[in-house]
Amino acid sequence: MILRALDLKSQIFLAITLIVAALVPVLNLYVPESSAFHVSSFAVALFGKYLTYALLAISVDLIWGFCGILSLGHGAFFALGGYAMGMHLMREIGDRGVYANPLLPDFMVFLNWKELPWFWHGFDMFWFACLMVVLVPGALAFVFGWFAFRSRVTGVYFSIITQAMTYALLLAFFRNDMGFGGNNGLTDFKDVLGYDLQSDTTRAGLFALSALALAGGFLICRLVVTSRLGKVLVSIRDAESRTRFLGYRVEGYKLFVFTLSAMLAGVAGALYVPQVGIINPGEFSPANSIEIVIWVAVGGRGLLVGAVVGAIIVNAAKTLLTGWVPEIWLFALGAIFIFVTLFLPKGVLGGLSAFVDLIGAKTKSKSEAKGPSSTAPQLAE
Amino acid sequence: MTVSTADTMLYLNGVSVAFDGFKAINELSLVLEEGEMRAVVGPNGAGKTTMMDIITGKTRPDKGEVIFAGNVDLTKHDEAGIARMGVGRKFQKPTVFETHTVEDNLLLSLKGSRGVFDLLFARRTKAEQARIDELLDLIRLGDRRSEKAAALSHGQKQWLEIGMLLAQDPKVLLVDEPAAGMTDAETMQTAELLRQVAGEHTVMVVEHDMDFVRALGVKVTVLHEGSVLAEGSLDHVSSNPKVIDVYLGR
Ligand SMILES: Nc1ncnc2c1ncn2[C@@H]1O[C@H](COP(=O)(O)OP(=O)(O)O)[C@@H](O)[C@H]1O
Ligand SMILES: [Mg+2]
Repeated sequence: MILRALDLKSQIFLAITLIVAALVPVLNLYVPESSAFHVSSFAVALFGKYLTYALLAISVDLIWGFCGILSLGHGAFFALGGYAMGMHLMREIGDRGVYANPLLPDFMVFLNWKELPWFWHGFDMFWFACLMVVLVPGALAFVFGWFAFRSRVTGVYFSIITQAMTYALLLAFFRNDMGFGGNNGLTDFKDVLGYDLQSDTTRAGLFALSALALAGGFLICRLVVTSRLGKVLVSIRDAESRTRFLGYRVEGYKLFVFTLSAMLAGVAGALYVPQVGIINPGEFSPANSIEIVIWVAVGGRGLLVGAVVGAIIVNAAKTLLTGWVPEIWLFALGAIFIFVTLFLPKGVLGGLSAFVDLIGAKTKSKSEAKGPSSTAPQLAE
Repeated sequence: MTVSTADTMLYLNGVSVAFDGFKAINELSLVLEEGEMRAVVGPNGAGKTTMMDIITGKTRPDKGEVIFAGNVDLTKHDEAGIARMGVGRKFQKPTVFETHTVEDNLLLSLKGSRGVFDLLFARRTKAEQARIDELLDLIRLGDRRSEKAAALSHGQKQWLEIGMLLAQDPKVLLVDEPAAGMTDAETMQTAELLRQVAGEHTVMVVEHDMDFVRALGVKVTVLHEGSVLAEGSLDHVSSNPKVIDVYLGR
């Protein structure tokens, strides 16, 4: 099963990811700053963030690229995973907050709350928070998907209600009395599992973890899409009613893959928060979720690695442009999206591999023309 | 009116459905015996496809029942459930999984578990492979097995879809206009193919092409405005003045 999931391209991708996971922290921590090979802490933090975006993009590609479910609310699952981790980090601050309350996070003291809300219990334990990182997004996706898929909400209608879902969460999390820090969200984290979040070692460790999570998420997605279940997902994408008339209860498959995808997005969010040091309701903004879909479209839908490439390209462009002329970023994003839709309908990676295939076919036909054997095409299979 | 008996495979009893007040199917009653092949003809809009939608659970009738294999009322079940009970359906427009290989199209259609987690860990068994090979021979697509279904010609897609139906090993096959868009030779081959599978299965074929219906050589039901106009051999119904009026005469 593992072997089937790992074709050459996947092996290359996994190898690169694992090398990056190991090499970048070493180059950051152990190579002196004067060396040309030194990777700055700033770069580690920045690329660590990109890696979590890449995992998020993969989760969207799993449902959109392989099952045709266009979620425009995946930012919500990312944010929920982020909040779950943020809650743990808040509890870990303990009495080192401004108000030095050992139990209550600062914002609760500020709101004059006397005790911890029930849903904050347990988050002092790291393992519990980690469980919630996958369970909360997973449960929301399951319930949401249960109703949507059973009532056969598809296509644009599904996309619109996912936007509504993330918007509703945005409004809810803005409220102070929700108990998640309102407008300001959760921030001022000190450390995780006792490791100082500001130290280079911790940051390098988080980077490595993000890369490993990306590799793991990729592997899980590959296992799913190369299985017979994966073939059914593609069948649903291409001919939903044909699939039903072959005896497949389409809603069950959609629910499975949607929930799995939300869990992966939650993990991405949980790794994102300690690296950027804050989680606030802005992460639920509908525009964020749309941006994720653009990453996938730019990189190439239905390729998994394409999603990673797209997430990194678009976010690198965003970092460069917003540092330079912040006002034009949204226009630039629109332009990138239109360009890709018009000229690279299969995305950067899809376009690239078509190009490589073309070159390959040309050289092949040349060698065939030279070679006397007419069985060459069969051997090539 | 005919009544349901022990070897009745499919029994539509007084079925009606209306779309926005328009009665697409009107008090339709029809009996298919086990192992029988039946041709259903009728002008465009007669309700042939809608009838198949009702049998396969896509459309709920306003009235009436569809008794399958003597005891199950299909109107109480959904598409997937009905398919699993053994009702296979070929669409009017050929519908195959274009991005899958010919072989995978058949693999996914094979009778077997449809559980999410079963499929996640499923591996192709020898028996499955043997059945796929058998079907590929039957639908004459053996040499194109590893090509994408999108690369097939229109007629080949029709065959592949028939193969996918057979892979489900259904008790009843509903075949909607299988010869549409085929060349004459392909049409005759398709009739041959259907005759081959009848007997083992109960088959209902909707078709416009009279040569095709003649080649099938089976009992014919003429549908008009959602109900049965005439029933009998092709010669018998085509000499019926009502039939000539609404359909054949035009
Ligand atoms: N889902 C639907 N909504 C509204 N009208 C429909 C629907 N399905 C079929 N009809 C109408 O019912 C009639 C019968 O259609 P159909 O069963 O496709 O005819 P046939 O297959 O015999 O050509 C047509 O007039 C068609 O427009
Ligand atoms: Mg029709």
